[in-house]
Amino acid sequence: MKGKFRKNGLKYFFLIVVALIQLFPLYWLITFSLKSNIEIFGENVIGLPQSWRFDNYLEAVTKAGIMRYFFNSVFYSVITVFVAGLITAMAAYAISRMIWKLKGFVFGFFSIGIMIPAQAALLPLFQVLDKLGLKGGYMGLLIPYIAGAIPMSVMILSGFFKGIPKEMEEAAYLDGCGIFRCFFEIMIPIIRPALATASIFSFLGTWNELMLANTFVDKDIYRTLPVGIMSFAGQYSTDWGLIGAGMVIATLPTILIYFMLSNQVQESLVAGAIKG
Amino acid sequence: MNKMLGSKKYIILFVMPALFIFVCFTIGPLITSGIYSLFDYDGIGKMDFAGLGNYMKAITDDRHFLGAVKNSWILALASILIQLPVALFLALILARGVKGEKYFRTIYFVPVVISSMVIGQLWMKIFHSEYGLLNIFIGMFTKEPFEFSWLTDPRTAFLCTVIPSVWQFVGYHMLIFYAGIKSISTDYYEAARIDGADHKQISFRIIIPLLAPVIKTCMIFALTGSLRAFDLIYVITGGGPNHVSEVPATLMYSNLFRKGLYGYGSAQAFFIVIECVILSAIIGKLFRQAEENASAI
Repeated sequence: MKGKFRKNGLKYFFLIVVALIQLFPLYWLITFSLKSNIEIFGENVIGLPQSWRFDNYLEAVTKAGIMRYFFNSVFYSVITVFVAGLITAMAAYAISRMIWKLKGFVFGFFSIGIMIPAQAALLPLFQVLDKLGLKGGYMGLLIPYIAGAIPMSVMILSGFFKGIPKEMEEAAYLDGCGIFRCFFEIMIPIIRPALATASIFSFLGTWNELMLANTFVDKDIYRTLPVGIMSFAGQYSTDWGLIGAGMVIATLPTILIYFMLSNQVQESLVAGAIKG
Repeated sequence: MNKMLGSKKYIILFVMPALFIFVCFTIGPLITSGIYSLFDYDGIGKMDFAGLGNYMKAITDDRHFLGAVKNSWILALASILIQLPVALFLALILARGVKGEKYFRTIYFVPVVISSMVIGQLWMKIFHSEYGLLNIFIGMFTKEPFEFSWLTDPRTAFLCTVIPSVWQFVGYHMLIFYAGIKSISTDYYEAARIDGADHKQISFRIIIPLLAPVIKTCMIFALTGSLRAFDLIYVITGGGPNHVSEVPATLMYSNLFRKGLYGYGSAQAFFIVIECVILSAIIGKLFRQAEENASAI
């Protein structure tokens, strides 16, 4: 009995140590975002702030244009999630429920997109967008983001479509329902959980994306949060409280969405792994 | 209904938007990149066919590129030898059912959803030479102020990117393992438990062999993720000091966008693709036997 107790203790000790290692940097970030440099650099490195300096946030929001970047990121993410969700739901419907010969091939074709590293297409993508006159504007990032979200979303949604019994749409078609009404009014509501899963995947991919945003955008007004904060961190490199506040602002939406939908988020990333 | 679902017009209408964007902005550029890699090309002048010249130059002539490839392999090894075993161990404990299972699962996963820019900036501050957490912790043990510039010392710079990379995705792999373990029918454990097997035997003789397909997926993810790694290294060290912490993706990036070496940079980009494809195939092959065994049970 004693041995078992000790073994259990060891198990929890290990679990808790790992949990602390995973959370501690985040805890540290949040606390130093609320401190003055005096505390961060000497007096109070890891404790809770002695005086809570919300000014850091005020300053980040007003001085550094963080809000602009924030709304840009929201805009890129929301549009990507909606457009990618819609067009991949349509494509997945065609692939898994319509009757045509090449559907297996097209599905395989989309799945290539999951395997290739994004950077391999970076330069030609840059040139194409430049030729089209889209590079540097909103469309210049939106299009690659939507393109990037397509493969995984098609995988997740077609898997889900395949599991829906034929009877669901049969009844609708017999009632004289057209293909669009059937798709939007019957199928879309049914695939909602899979759509949520795919959306989270697209959202995280877009919100956190760094390489394209850093390469394709040169005007400040189109910048996303990750790039904005990176240049901000270079500019105010000695003011850790201010940088910390900016980083918390960039992280908060993903953390909130994650805590609200943690089961769905976890499921979506597992789905990504298993389908990929 | 079949008339509707077999209609060419509707099929094209439904597939086209996604397919068009995907072909124009993913597959097309990828193929173009492959073509560039065979040319001497700086983006403005004419393109001279170079065959495999760019690739040969990269793997025989370019000291920085070889160093970068070596670094990416170190990263891959660290992921496979540290990240995956820790993740698997955590998943085995959690899936067995412990108090607070859900909380642990949620906490381990938090770093995965945070942007690598934030993770990178945060770890830069941890490794900071004067005020970094690491030096302060060491100082607490040695009882005297400790200063070491982890990020700019050639011996430790790359390590400073490996640690956060391994750290960030432990929870991700843990979750995939966890989901895999949960999908194994409990009949297997029950039978083994009745026969008197303990946790360790159940883990090693039953769960891990049955998990072979999931372990394969995680290994491919860890490996290809390491070979293509960019964000964290770009943020934390930028490949420096003096290129010691460079990986193929960061070198490729500066060749393409700073030096304008379009042909050569594309060859380096394509090198990563080829590496990923070959190594994924090898892992697939290595696991074939294990997967057959898993499905035979």
